[in-house]
Amino acid sequence: MQTDNTFLKVENLSKSYKLDAPPVFEGINFEIERGEFICIIGHSGCGKTTILNVLAGLEDATGGYAYMTGREIKGPSLDRGVVFQGHALMPWMTTMQNVAFAVKSKFPDWSKQKIAEHSKKYLAMVGLVNAENKKPSELSGGMKQRVGIARAFAIEPKMLLLDEPFGALDALTRGVIQDELLKICGETQQTVFMITHDVDEAVLLADKIMLMSNGPNARIAEIVVNTLPKDRKRASLHRDPMYYPMRNHLVDFLVNRSKDLQVKGSAGELDGYQPIIVRPGIDTPITQ
Amino acid sequence: MKKLSIKAKGAILSLMILIVALLIWHIATVPKVVVNPVTASGSSEYQALMGQGSGGVTVEKSGFPSLTQIGETFYKQLSHPFYDNGPNDKGIGIQLAYSLGRVALGFLLAMLVAIPFGFLIGMSPLAYEAFNPFIQILKPISPLAWMPIALYTIKDSSISGIFVIFICSVWPMLLNTAFGVANVRKELLNVTKTLEVSPLRKAFLVILPAAAPTILTGMRISMGIAWLVIVAAEMLVGGTGIGYFLWNEWNNLSLSSVIFAIIMIGVVGMLLDLAFARLQKMVSYAD
Repeated sequence: MQTDNTFLKVENLSKSYKLDAPPVFEGINFEIERGEFICIIGHSGCGKTTILNVLAGLEDATGGYAYMTGREIKGPSLDRGVVFQGHALMPWMTTMQNVAFAVKSKFPDWSKQKIAEHSKKYLAMVGLVNAENKKPSELSGGMKQRVGIARAFAIEPKMLLLDEPFGALDALTRGVIQDELLKICGETQQTVFMITHDVDEAVLLADKIMLMSNGPNARIAEIVVNTLPKDRKRASLHRDPMYYPMRNHLVDFLVNRSKDLQVKGSAGELDGYQPIIVRPGIDTPITQ
Repeated sequence: MKKLSIKAKGAILSLMILIVALLIWHIATVPKVVVNPVTASGSSEYQALMGQGSGGVTVEKSGFPSLTQIGETFYKQLSHPFYDNGPNDKGIGIQLAYSLGRVALGFLLAMLVAIPFGFLIGMSPLAYEAFNPFIQILKPISPLAWMPIALYTIKDSSISGIFVIFICSVWPMLLNTAFGVANVRKELLNVTKTLEVSPLRKAFLVILPAAAPTILTGMRISMGIAWLVIVAAEMLVGGTGIGYFLWNEWNNLSLSSVIFAIIMIGVVGMLLDLAFARLQKMVSYAD
């Protein structure tokens, strides 16, 4: 049922690239509430990026619908900011120009000065004020990704879509940017949908973690509610009593259970499947 | 001893190669002194009539100009590059200016057509498929092959020359523009989509800068071809220009002027290429 808080709703989404091949994913159903941070995890080839692209409006689904604030998503919109896997900064523009380009797109009537101030604010938020006149080629991988994040935040979207934004970064840099993202999202109450491969990243950042079974015929198998307290920190994360039940549940799924649904799904036994909602450590006994 | 950079060493070596080449030239064109064997027995009167009467020894000049003659030509031509003594006797500066003017006009027209059209073909796969067969057939035609048609339809030799420049510079620019536009990274286009950037802003602020290095490569190739073609075209059309100058000097049997013209063509061509290399550097970006 559509509640007042439902911000984004996905119904029976499916995608096939060839008519004679089984769909990459099918029967995708989920809802996101305003201000929620959602991570989606699954093996390569299950269609995570395709789902994100459908939400972004960059790709059309073969079947099913996606609604944001009650309206169907058709085509890209400034309401949804996207941070791309490969940063996707314009290489001939400086850091500042890249962000200002986005700001100008969202607020075409603003004066140059106002655009510059606004852009600077978001560059400062990701700690890049000193790099405003540098070109992307002069920045490190982590800095480039930060510019991408600043650009996405600067248009003040209703929803932020992140496609494995930290995949190409080293562990240390990743940690720093994760902390920044956590802080910014906490301050702005941003609704976020993020793809990741990193279980720890998901446990740290997400309120809910969607687990996808393997593709083809991939589905959202489980929606795992993060049972760790909201004010979790990277440094103290592993000491939380809920951390291991949480982590084990996710790793278990990826290693053992992610194939199960695929078998049933390709046999056509999963029509109308709704993902199971799990609270590791609360619903399930702590095994260790 | 101080170590020289590769560049300095290269310059020294270039200079040495030049000196050796000039030396060979000089030796090859040095006048030969020949003892005429006929003198001993033949009629001296006849030889005197033939201008060979000076004691049976003649100086046989090489037909190819010597370095001093070339030097004289260079000095004469370059000290008054802009003199104008009527239709068949103009300074090298004027002739080069005519050629450059034609190239500039033809090239500019080609740009006006090739860049917007290349944009269209690059943006639309349908347009690409539709126009590709024509481009592929028209591209390999020697620009001079168009000359008769140009002369017949335009009926003006000077404009025909400009047309030939246009037709030869249009293809590399067109294809490079289309290629550059079609190969803008999809990620960047996705960014513009999610930002709902208007088509005009997208074209000028994203696609154009992204494709600019490729477009400029096309322009550089076009300019190179245009400069090659203008010489040939002016030889055909006549009247003015460096190509006409060269052909005219050949008809005057003034090889030293021909050589002078050849070197001027090379120097100007090099300068044009350098200018475009500069431009290319200005618009290129590191990924």
